[in-house]
Amino acid sequence: MSATGIVIDVEGLTKRFGGKTVVDRFSMQVRRGQIYGFLGPNGSGKTTTIRMLCGLLTPDAGRGTCLGFDILTHSAQIKRQVGYMTQRFSLYEDLSIAENLDFIARVYGMDGRRRRVDEALERLGLSSRRGQLAGTLSGGWKQRVALAACLLHEPKLLLLDEPTAGVDPSARRGFWEHLHELAAGGMTVLVSTHYMDEAERCHALAYIAYGKLLTHGTVDEVVRGAGLATWSVEGEGLVALAGELRGRPGVDMVVPFGAALHVSGPDPALLEASLAAVRSRPGLRIERVPTGLEDVFIHLMKEGEPVSATTASGN
Amino acid sequence: MFSWNRFVAVLVKEFVQMRRDRLTFAMMVGVPVMQLVLFGFAINLDPKGLPTAVVSAETSAFSRSFVRAMENSGYFRVIAQPALVEEGERMLARGEVQFLLQVPADFSRRLQRGERPAILVEADATDPAATGNAVSALQGLNLTALDRDLAGSLASLRASPAPFEVRVHRRYNPEGITQYNIVPGLMGVVLTMTMVMMTSIAMTRERERGTMENLLATPVRPFEVMLGKIVPYILIGYVQVVVILVAARQLFEVPMVGSLVLLSAVLVLFIAANLAIGFTFSTLARSQMQAMQMTFFFFLPSMLLSGFMFPFRGMPGWAQAIGELLPLTHFLRVVRGILLKGSGWADIAPNVWPLAAFLLVVAAIALRRYRETLD
Repeated sequence: MSATGIVIDVEGLTKRFGGKTVVDRFSMQVRRGQIYGFLGPNGSGKTTTIRMLCGLLTPDAGRGTCLGFDILTHSAQIKRQVGYMTQRFSLYEDLSIAENLDFIARVYGMDGRRRRVDEALERLGLSSRRGQLAGTLSGGWKQRVALAACLLHEPKLLLLDEPTAGVDPSARRGFWEHLHELAAGGMTVLVSTHYMDEAERCHALAYIAYGKLLTHGTVDEVVRGAGLATWSVEGEGLVALAGELRGRPGVDMVVPFGAALHVSGPDPALLEASLAAVRSRPGLRIERVPTGLEDVFIHLMKEGEPVSATTASGN
Repeated sequence: MFSWNRFVAVLVKEFVQMRRDRLTFAMMVGVPVMQLVLFGFAINLDPKGLPTAVVSAETSAFSRSFVRAMENSGYFRVIAQPALVEEGERMLARGEVQFLLQVPADFSRRLQRGERPAILVEADATDPAATGNAVSALQGLNLTALDRDLAGSLASLRASPAPFEVRVHRRYNPEGITQYNIVPGLMGVVLTMTMVMMTSIAMTRERERGTMENLLATPVRPFEVMLGKIVPYILIGYVQVVVILVAARQLFEVPMVGSLVLLSAVLVLFIAANLAIGFTFSTLARSQMQAMQMTFFFFLPSMLLSGFMFPFRGMPGWAQAIGELLPLTHFLRVVRGILLKGSGWADIAPNVWPLAAFLLVVAAIALRRYRETLD
C-alpha cells in the first residue's frame, strides 16, 4: 500500500462482453479507512467493476492497483487480502454456519482456525446455532453470516456487492453500524447499493451509469456538483400537474416523492418562472427545498442514458 | 375446471424453454441417432473373424486343410503361427487371440494309421457369447475338412467316425457362465456411471448455486479444487468396488485367480480417468441438467462399445476404434484378465497405458477449461 494511503487506484478500466462495453474507461481512487459508496442503475457495471478489482474478471483495457498490487498480474495476492461479498448469498447452504466459516478459514490457510471460527460465531451471537444449516437462515442472518465469512481472514479491503438487498431496515442499520466500526479500525470498504439512506452514510460516493463514471465525491460535493435547484409541490392533482410541468422551460425533471412532487432544474430563475404559472392554483403548496441525493441521482441517470438501454451483466 | 387457455399457456412456455436449451434439444435428436447407429450397426451378437493362433508341430496337407476349413467357416482368422505352445498360451492370456489351435507332432502319421488323433482348440471363454458360435462351427468340421485330402487308399477314413478329433478347451470359464464375465465387468460400468456423474455435477452445482464466485474470490487454486473434489469420489469408488467384489464372490462365485492388489492399483487409474472426464464435463456444462446429459452421452457408448454387453470383436472397425478410446474398454480387459485369467502386470500392461494416457489428456483439458476468473 502506498504511503498516501490509497487502497484502490485504477485508471481507464474497460470491460467488454461480446462487443458491448459494460465498463468504459473507469477511474477511481479510494483512500484507506473510507467507506466508498458505489451507486448506479441496474446493469451499470458496478458488479463488473468490483469483479475486476478482485481479479475475478480481467479488464480489456486500463490498469491499476488494489492494496498496492497490480490488478492485472497480482490477483492472487489481492485475493488473500480482500473480503468479497457477492450479491447472491454464496455460502454453502448445505453446510452449517460453523462448517462454512471453517471452510473459509482453511482455504485462507488461517492459523488458530477453531478459535477464529468460535470468535466469529460469538461476535455474531450465533454460538448456540453453529450447527444450523446456512440455507435455513433468514435473509438478514444470511447477510450477517456472509459478512462474518468475509471478515474471517482479516482482509484490508471489503468489496460488498449490494450486501443489503432484501434485508429489513433494522438489520440494515445494524449492518452499517458495523461497517463504520470496521472503517474506524482502518478497514477500507467499497459497497454498492441502491438505497439512498445507505449512500448518505458513505464517506464518499461514485455514481456510475452505463459503464461510465458520472460523478464522485462526498455527498455534499456530489449534490453541489449537480447544480440543481429543487422545488417541492404538494397538494391535489399532482399526477396531472406533473404532466403539465414536464417540458416547460427550466424544468429538467418532475419526480413524485410520496405526497409531493420534486421539480428540479439547473437554472433556478427559469424554473421559478415556470412554476409561477401554477403557483396561483388553489390547494397547491410550492416551496424551494434543498436538492437531495436522490434528485441528483435521478437527474444523473437521465443524463447518462444512452439511446438503447439494454442491460448487461448485473446479476 | 380445465382451461384450454391455461393449458396452452404452459404448453407454449415449455416449447420456448425447450428451444432455449440447445443442449437438451440436441440430446433429444442426438440420442435416438446415436442409439440407432450403435445398436443398428455396431452391435453384432455373432462375431466372426476371431483372431486365432496356430501352433503346428508338423506341417502337413491335413493340418493346412483343417486350418483352411476353419477360416472358411468365417469365425476364425489366423493371425499368428507361433513356434512354441507357451507363446500361443501367452497370446491367449493377454487376449491377443481368442483361439489357440494346437496340432500335435505326429498328427498326419496317426491320422493315416486311422488312430483318430486329436487337434486341440483352446478358446478364451471369458466371454461365452463371443466364442459360443465359433465353437459350434468347429463341430462337424472334422467330418468334411479333409475330404479332398483323403483320396485313394485313405478314402476309407472319410467315413464316420471322423478321421480325427477336435477337442475344445474352454479356458478361464470352462462352464461358460455368463456371470463370470458380466459381474467383473459390472464393476467398470458402475464406476463409469457414478464417477462421471458425481464429478460432473459437483462443479456445476457450485456454479448453479452461486458459490463458484465465492470460491474463485478465495486464494484456492484450480488444481487444489480439482483434487479436493476428486479424492472423496475415489474413496466412494473403492466402496463400490468392495461391494461388487464381495457380491461377485459370495453370490456369483466368480473365480478370483489374479492379484487383487494389482487390480486395486489399476482401479486408481481407472477411477481417476472417469473423474477427470466428469470434471471436464462440469467445466463445460452450465447446469446440473446439462452435466447429466453429457454423462449420459459418455455412458451410452461406454456401455455398448466397450465389450461389456456385446463382444468387442464382433463390432466393425470404426466401432472398435471408438471403443479403444474409452477407458472402460481397457479396464474390462484388465479386470477380466486379472480375475478370470490370473493375468500379471506384463499381461495387462498393454491396457494400462491407454488408461494412463486417457487420464493425462483429459485432466489437462479439465485444468485448461477451469477458469480462475468469470470471463
